[in-house]
Amino acid sequence: MRTHAELSAGAPLWLLAELTYRCPLQCPYCSNPVDYARHGEELSTEQWRGVLREARALGAAQLGFSGGEPLVRQDLEALVSEARELGFYTNLITSGVGLNEARIAALRDAGLDHIQISLQAADEEVSAAVAGSAKAHGRKLAMARAVKAAGYPMVLNVVLHRHNIDDVDRLIALCDELGADAVELATCQYYGWARLNRDGLLPSREQVARAEAVTQAWRERLAARGREMRLLFVVPDYYAERPKACMGGWGAIFMTVAPDGAVLPCHSARELPMTFPNVRDASLEAVWHRSEAFNRFRGDGWMKAPCRSCDERHQDYGGCRCQAYLLTGDPAAADPVCSKSPEHRLIEEACAEAAHRSPPLEHLTARNSANSRLIWRG
Amino acid sequence: MNLARILSLRPGWRLQWEPAQQRHVLLYPEGMVQLNDSAGAILALVDGRRDQAAIVAELDARFPAAGGVADDVDDFLNDACRQGWLREVTP
Repeated sequence: MRTHAELSAGAPLWLLAELTYRCPLQCPYCSNPVDYARHGEELSTEQWRGVLREARALGAAQLGFSGGEPLVRQDLEALVSEARELGFYTNLITSGVGLNEARIAALRDAGLDHIQISLQAADEEVSAAVAGSAKAHGRKLAMARAVKAAGYPMVLNVVLHRHNIDDVDRLIALCDELGADAVELATCQYYGWARLNRDGLLPSREQVARAEAVTQAWRERLAARGREMRLLFVVPDYYAERPKACMGGWGAIFMTVAPDGAVLPCHSARELPMTFPNVRDASLEAVWHRSEAFNRFRGDGWMKAPCRSCDERHQDYGGCRCQAYLLTGDPAAADPVCSKSPEHRLIEEACAEAAHRSPPLEHLTARNSANSRLIWRG
Repeated sequence: MNLARILSLRPGWRLQWEPAQQRHVLLYPEGMVQLNDSAGAILALVDGRRDQAAIVAELDARFPAAGGVADDVDDFLNDACRQGWLREVTP
């Protein structure tokens, strides 16, 4: 007889291929693990080809090439080509640094479907302070224009935090001018480096409300012009009413393969106190259906109070396991974002503090290998 | 109802049959619409060449028991245009 956990596992519809943790930028809210510098050797081109074939056979249809900065990998074009032939819809999730006209054309020839570029800010000065590179902003704008000129659909992604969220009007205007098909205004979520830097990043409730109102006004203006640029505004969990149904459920539709081959139910899960399987030792089919890690939080048998008797447990699955662990030390606890969580005050305290503080941007810990090594060696 | 209109998928979007899901899906940047049988059958005929009349005729021939699909096809295509999945092709 099959267990409930196995029955609940459909196909992994999404594969996120984190090709590398290497990145020329140093954004202090990076979602990579803070100890990324200790994770071993990157998978080879052949190993990645195997990952793509296995994931496609399991039913994955959407594929994100991410990192780190995926353009650092010189075999990116070869992997895109393999993925496209297998039938994936291929998304490149990039900072834009490392892109040039020749590579844009080569990726097009390889069959790349879409390019997502991240912007750090509306202007060069804040962008340089966030990303640790003075040249990056100008480069990104030039590459965004080149991506549209080459005929790709383009999503622009901006991580919002207290130092750039008040510029959301200028940010949307910039994205409009660059010809974006969609804009993700993703207010920072507190995992990885962002958790480390939370107190310097978390905007106030008023900042979030203002930015959301500006975004709504833009939606109306764009619609009136007949301009199809979708604006997605992601409210940070800290100010959400209810916990999110993280990843559509643990091991439900999403799978990440990290640069060293670790297979994760989401890109933050590596921070949990558990061991994850690796593609060097096991097939993705075995990992997805039968590994302890992927079955650990499927279904509702693992839930504790108040989740296990909650009416909403099959809507939000108890919220995010990583957030529960990072804030309470227990990955099976209710996500403290939930007002029913006994630890909800942790969220309220952080939000209350965010209303009064104004820590300077320069005080954030930059995401780079030197800092990562310091963190992991304690 | 404009039976002469010719539609195509939004540039960069792709319709695909997924064996693992046993249905058509519409793939777009970082997203996927999972289509039911009738939506899949209609979209599979939207190719930037056939006009709406030809799509209706093809489906009527394929599904005679449905008793005429013109209204359903029109409703679906209008909705798909509103959602930004389709573009009108100017001849």
